[in-house]
Amino acid sequence: MIGIVVDIVSWVLILTGSAFAIIGGVGMIRLPDFYTRMHGAGITDTLGAGLILAGLAVQAGFTLATVKLLLILVFLLYTSPTSSYALANSAYTGGLQPWLGKKEDGSSKSS
Amino acid sequence: MAAVLHAISLGLVLFATWLLLSGFFEPLLITFGVATCVIVVWIARRMDLVDHEGHPIHLGPRIFVYWLWLIGEIVKSNIDVAKRIIDPRLPIKPTLFWTKASQQSELGQVIYANSITLTPGTISVRVADGSVLVHALSAESAAGIAQGDMDRRVSALKCGGPD
Repeated sequence: MIGIVVDIVSWVLILTGSAFAIIGGVGMIRLPDFYTRMHGAGITDTLGAGLILAGLAVQAGFTLATVKLLLILVFLLYTSPTSSYALANSAYTGGLQPWLGKKEDGSSKSS
Repeated sequence: MAAVLHAISLGLVLFATWLLLSGFFEPLLITFGVATCVIVVWIARRMDLVDHEGHPIHLGPRIFVYWLWLIGEIVKSNIDVAKRIIDPRLPIKPTLFWTKASQQSELGQVIYANSITLTPGTISVRVADGSVLVHALSAESAAGIAQGDMDRRVSALKCGGPD
């Protein structure tokens, strides 16, 4: 009985996390420029990875494996904003201007 | 005194990490683990790496309250950005603007800038002179930062004076 509940909870977490990871990937394709695409990657980094790791932790139960999964999450939450900042900052320093608002030239497709 | 506290804190964190990652509980191996941690703390002190930035024990339990609040914000903004991405009309309005970082210490400003990046929909692009350059995906996420709630919460952590 408990096993079924654990399975359901962990699968819901893993599938929701996967959905967010895929949406993040879709965002990286759909969004128009470098900076906005980083927002899409942010979804995969935070809620996508977080929910998948939480689902795996539920599956592992109160074991050392769960501690390691939580450590992965903690390291991810420290390193991913640092690398995002390095990426965004170097793009800005390099002179890449962000795309601000819809100003498509002339005969381009109207959405 | 504070330096000794930081060293003790580093040693305890290192040993807890060693214990949890190795899963060894035999006396001989634990002795080896303790010896390793002591050597690492000694080297870290000689390299002058053990300080209030690497080991912000003075933040105390306030940081955990802040993390819980931040996780809530991350979930909310994740759902908002995910909705925008799967919306066929792609309702985004990117903006780039400077906002005030009222934290007194560099550590506080780092926590603030990283929190901005961790919440999807906003990215910190540059930190300088007590301000953060923020790129926001939509007018709503820009307004959320400009309204300053997160800034006040990070300042309330009291990460220490200017250094």
